[in-house]
Amino acid sequence: MNTIITETLTEQLRIIPELKQKKQASILQIKNLNVWAKNHHILKNINLEIPKNSITVLLGPSGCGKTTLLKSINKLTDLYKELKVSGQIFIENDDILNTNKNIPLIRQKMGLLSQKPYPLPVSIYKNVAYGIKLKGIKDKKLINYQVEIKLKEVGLWNEVKNRLHNSPDSLSIGQQQRLCLARGLAVKPYIILADEPTSALDPVSSKIIENLFRELKKYYTIILVTHILRQAQRLADNVVFMNYGEILEQGNADEVFKNPRTSQMKEYMIDGN
Amino acid sequence: MKKRKKVEEMFFRILSGIASYSLIVILCFIILIIFIKGFNALSLDMIFKTPKGGYYYGGEGGVLNAIVGSLYIAFGATFIAIIIGMPAALYINVHLIRYRRTQNTIRYFLDALWGIPSIVYGAFGFTLMLFLGMNASLLAGIITVALLITPIVIRTFDEVLSTIPKGLHEASLALGSTRAEMAFKVMFKQGFSGFITAVLLAFGRGIGDAASVLFTAGYTDLIPTNLDEPAATLPLAIFFQLSSPIPEVRERAYAAAAILTIIILIISLTARGFSKKYSKLNIK
Repeated sequence: MNTIITETLTEQLRIIPELKQKKQASILQIKNLNVWAKNHHILKNINLEIPKNSITVLLGPSGCGKTTLLKSINKLTDLYKELKVSGQIFIENDDILNTNKNIPLIRQKMGLLSQKPYPLPVSIYKNVAYGIKLKGIKDKKLINYQVEIKLKEVGLWNEVKNRLHNSPDSLSIGQQQRLCLARGLAVKPYIILADEPTSALDPVSSKIIENLFRELKKYYTIILVTHILRQAQRLADNVVFMNYGEILEQGNADEVFKNPRTSQMKEYMIDGN
Repeated sequence: MKKRKKVEEMFFRILSGIASYSLIVILCFIILIIFIKGFNALSLDMIFKTPKGGYYYGGEGGVLNAIVGSLYIAFGATFIAIIIGMPAALYINVHLIRYRRTQNTIRYFLDALWGIPSIVYGAFGFTLMLFLGMNASLLAGIITVALLITPIVIRTFDEVLSTIPKGLHEASLALGSTRAEMAFKVMFKQGFSGFITAVLLAFGRGIGDAASVLFTAGYTDLIPTNLDEPAATLPLAIFFQLSSPIPEVRERAYAAAAILTIIILIISLTARGFSKKYSKLNIK
């Protein structure tokens, strides 16, 4: 325990001056994040800054803790009793891990896109309207307008405008994934957390999602978890390479991909290509 | 080798076919027997009249008292069971989602409660009734039957809720829903068909149970107008008439059984229709 504390302190001393310089550019800062599942140390001393309006890709082999990292960011780790989380995660200078603030409100700052789409058991229209209503908007005209805008944002409007009141089951998986994205955008988040969002999709639908991300990063900050190297190379502005719960490399995508420093990253790049 | 597989396939197909269809045949047989035996006694009088003097010796009248009493008790008890059972099932699956051990302990107890014979509930209801200084009455019957069927509502609904993928929990929480919003707007809707099944099962058990109302609801030839009046029930009407030495009265027992079956069929069909209309969105 003592070693952890001293490690934490030295890490903090090292990172704070850097933070002050970059404060404007980053939207999310993670400091000394540790996650345990009982005796298993899943995330080891994660220190990370996510720059605004860019795509940050969390890359790494399966089981390296990418998804856990993503889930700690919007506190979904609360759902699992066995997970112990320590450290700090700052969004807009609020430490969301150690705050008394309303958790649903914190979660609304982020939209989550999971591996498989999980549309709510209501119509296509109501799926998007659900998010809008959560923001306290009750005016029907305004909701109609926003539903249209959000569905247009994800390029789904033309495909569903004639069947808005049907069940989302009638949509393809790719369309459902975009519907879930629209629903997430409806709560007006700053950050989009995407957990291998294309892993269940065919190549065409995946490409649509990837193109959407390129478009959306103008307005949102995107954190994308993937184990597909090519996808990371296509999309990333910044890369975070993880292995066994540790961040091995992070930085500008071009630099990291051109000159990987660690042997694990080099190996991963050879295998991935 | 191929031939052997074919024979194997055929064998199991026939076996499972027999298992499923024989069940349906038995069910049809039961219904048929009830209707044939009760056919002569089945009349409008039977449904729309209360027993007149000497009814149980073949006199005039009907079992309206028991029909109304049974409906009162079954609806009342189902209502209470829903009020308690629906939030309880949602609580187990929303708030206790992190605590698997607590969940399983609660489930274990509910299963045990489900398995207790209804006569035990009847005896418990009777003791409770005496303790509270009540008489055998509609209210006592409703409370006892509610005790009997609440575990059924909770466990059946819970079983469906527990199959909802965790991804849907996470998706709705990630949107920033509170747990209550998630429970009622997402989980309840997703598990709605299970909820209807739960209510139907409970209602069927409640209206058909004789032992739990034997001591608690009493029996009367009048239609209860107040909660503290005793109430007749169809299962007891069947029981009393079936034990009569007079053949005509025994026929009436079968007629009453037919009425009970029809009531359950009507209610289950309406509920199914309602559930279909409500939970399935039109897919074009």
